[in-house]
Amino acid sequence: MRGVHNGVVSTSPVELDEPAVDETTALQTPWVTIVWNDPVNLMSYVAFVFQQHFGYGRKKAEKLMMEVHEQGRSVVSTGTREEMERDVQAMHEYGLWATMQKSDTA
Amino acid sequence: MSGFRRHRRSGAAVATFTVHEADLLRSLAGQIIELLRSEEATPQAEDPLERMLDFSGPTTVPDDPVLARLFPSAYPDDEEAAGDFRRYTEATLRDGKAASAATVIDSLEDAGLPAEPEDGVFIDVELDPPTAMTWMRAFTDMRLAIATRLGVEEGDEERWAALPEDDPQAQVHDIYEWLGFLQETLVRSAA
Repeated sequence: MRGVHNGVVSTSPVELDEPAVDETTALQTPWVTIVWNDPVNLMSYVAFVFQQHFGYGRKKAEKLMMEVHEQGRSVVSTGTREEMERDVQAMHEYGLWATMQKSDTA
Repeated sequence: MSGFRRHRRSGAAVATFTVHEADLLRSLAGQIIELLRSEEATPQAEDPLERMLDFSGPTTVPDDPVLARLFPSAYPDDEEAAGDFRRYTEATLRDGKAASAATVIDSLEDAGLPAEPEDGVFIDVELDPPTAMTWMRAFTDMRLAIATRLGVEEGDEERWAALPEDDPQAQVHDIYEWLGFLQETLVRSAA
């Protein structure tokens, strides 16, 4: 889905197709990636990972890290199922405990 | 022991280890690689021919608690989706983690860590930002592995402090704390 708009800069009728794509996406329930607290990972490292992987600023990354620490979990990203599978896989690469589910069940 | 600091001009993370500290890190990284290879990340089909021809990944949570922690279930409430996710990701994740541990060994040996450590030798490592990130991941895997074996829990510091110094568990916990210190200083030098 991410590549659909890439390179479409002309004023050709191709643009007419785009709202249909967006509508389909909008009708689907989004998915979320959840990071869970664990007794091992360092707070500084978790915030650093959020900055590195998601490109979040330091403030947002630290806010999400504190949610994980204090509330036991935090929704760290939202998107399509495929996007969330990539995020969960990345979190596991970093050693964070992450799961995914539909946003209406989170 | 002073941990990592940022080298002002190059932006690299630098640290000096005694040869014994460096040797311990090499040994821990080697154990992670062994562990990742110990339990085959392939499904166990009954038929040997079928097993040899099946190149897809595993679908169930690994038996070893450390591996189960390194490769958690992505869909806690959906076994089928969790199995599919694992089939497509676990082998890649295993290779990535083994490669991170191997990077630690390479960095140490490139910095002069000999096969047989001799007293009085110091190992200066200098990690560029991507390599520092790889070391952070490797420290995480080592710490998760040790913590799972020891049964580390939130707020259990007193339990470890109460152990006699010569208790093997206390010694392993000291190594765990040391790795945490190294990782903390490495994150700070990179952030």
